Amino acid sequence: MNTPQMRPTPIFRVTSALSWACRRDLRLAAQSRAELAVMLVFFLLVASLFPLAVSPDPTLLRAIASGIAWVAALLATLLGLPRLFAADWADGTLEQVLLAPAPLPALVAGKVLAHWLTTGLPLVALAPLAGLQFGLAPDAIVVLMASLALGTPILSWLGAIAAALTLGARGGASLLALLVLPLAVPVLIFGAGSVESHVAGLGADAHLSLLGAGLILSWVFGPFAGALAVRIAHE
Amino acid sequence: MTTGSFWFQFASPARFYPLAGRMIPWFGWAAAALALAGLYVGFFVAPTDWQQGESYRIIFIHVPAAWMAMFIYLVMAFWCALSLTLNTRLSAMMAQALAPTGAMFAFVSLWTGAFWGRPTWGAYWVWDARLTSTLILLFLYLGFMALRAAIDDPRRADRAAALLALVGVVNVPIIYFSVRWWNTLHQGATISMTAAPKMAETMLTAMLLMTFAAWAYTIAVALHRVRTIMLEREALADWVGEMRDSGDVVAGRKERDAASTISRATR
Repeated sequence: MNTPQMRPTPIFRVTSALSWACRRDLRLAAQSRAELAVMLVFFLLVASLFPLAVSPDPTLLRAIASGIAWVAALLATLLGLPRLFAADWADGTLEQVLLAPAPLPALVAGKVLAHWLTTGLPLVALAPLAGLQFGLAPDAIVVLMASLALGTPILSWLGAIAAALTLGARGGASLLALLVLPLAVPVLIFGAGSVESHVAGLGADAHLSLLGAGLILSWVFGPFAGALAVRIAHE
Repeated sequence: MTTGSFWFQFASPARFYPLAGRMIPWFGWAAAALALAGLYVGFFVAPTDWQQGESYRIIFIHVPAAWMAMFIYLVMAFWCALSLTLNTRLSAMMAQALAPTGAMFAFVSLWTGAFWGRPTWGAYWVWDARLTSTLILLFLYLGFMALRAAIDDPRRADRAAALLALVGVVNVPIIYFSVRWWNTLHQGATISMTAAPKMAETMLTAMLLMTFAAWAYTIAVALHRVRTIMLEREALADWVGEMRDSGDVVAGRKERDAASTISRATR
């Protein structure tokens, strides 16, 4: 009757759980900075492959710049996903997190926030470099950064749910890609579309608003779906 | 209360297995009859389109397949939601049974669309919004099936795949509204609920016949598959054991009773 779970969760426990999980994962990420660097190099490397494969023609490159930056960001985000839960799951930390008296959605949200701060945010910061490589105008680069800043947290949430669902499943990284990439398509369309419509003179407002709506939705429903996915992994 | 328990008793695989067995022939024959009628009207009665010639006739397969591919995903998500909230085994099995048929219809709609696109648009594939979103839908089905297959524990696979389907169902409205969101090559929706249909009566008849055929086919195939899944997953349950003892897993109650009397007598 009077179980601890039945009591309403005070808000300070939500924020403290979130910040605890976030700080812990950031500290762990700080210990493996090489992994983060590899992810960023991967982003620039993928972006640099396109001119080599397609053509060095500046007008063509400018036309496909935003799409390439977004595809590279999507792949780079995918690269960091297994790190999110796999190590904690393997050494039993995740089980302790589940048993903790703190609200699980908040703990998962903290982990996802830390994941975005270590993958999404660096990609936003690195986007101007890719934009310059492809000859994007400064204002288009700003739109690209804004779209990445709004869109990559959605990717982190989709990826986190899929990463938790594939814990202990066979197939590993390729299965994760099969689950995440189709779901990420709308983000990719609106993200790349924002820069294109800005360059075409239509303004990026509509696309950025849709990305913002997706961002809010992902932060509202993501913690609960993520918590459920972590629970399922431990059945 | 009583209606509630009436419906819930079929949530038990032991009760649902014989019911499904009785329903399969009805839906199977209905599918065959409707498909024959639909194909006859579609290929012999419906007039030739003044603009697209004979090639338009592929819509009698293409459109029902595309509708079914979208609709089955919704039904699948519905069963997944039930399985996550009520924790009923049968709901998850229904979702598992529907997925391959949904993927098949998504593939058929893409394939027939490509054959229709070649003479009409001059290309097998164009990056049109609806084509692309059907392709994504196919990938969602494949992801659902791949995740199920990758997890060994069936209960965990049920719940993981159910959550994935619920996350993916967000994509189905995007498919539906994509026609309005992106302005592309694809002709507008062929049938609209608000405006009068723009196609000839016979064309509409053929298309609806084929749509009902696709529905009946889906129900028959899903029920058949769910029976197989039930036997596979409940192999150690008492009711499967009783049927196995009685000699024939597929036989009805009468045959089973007879067989068990014989086996008891000979023992």
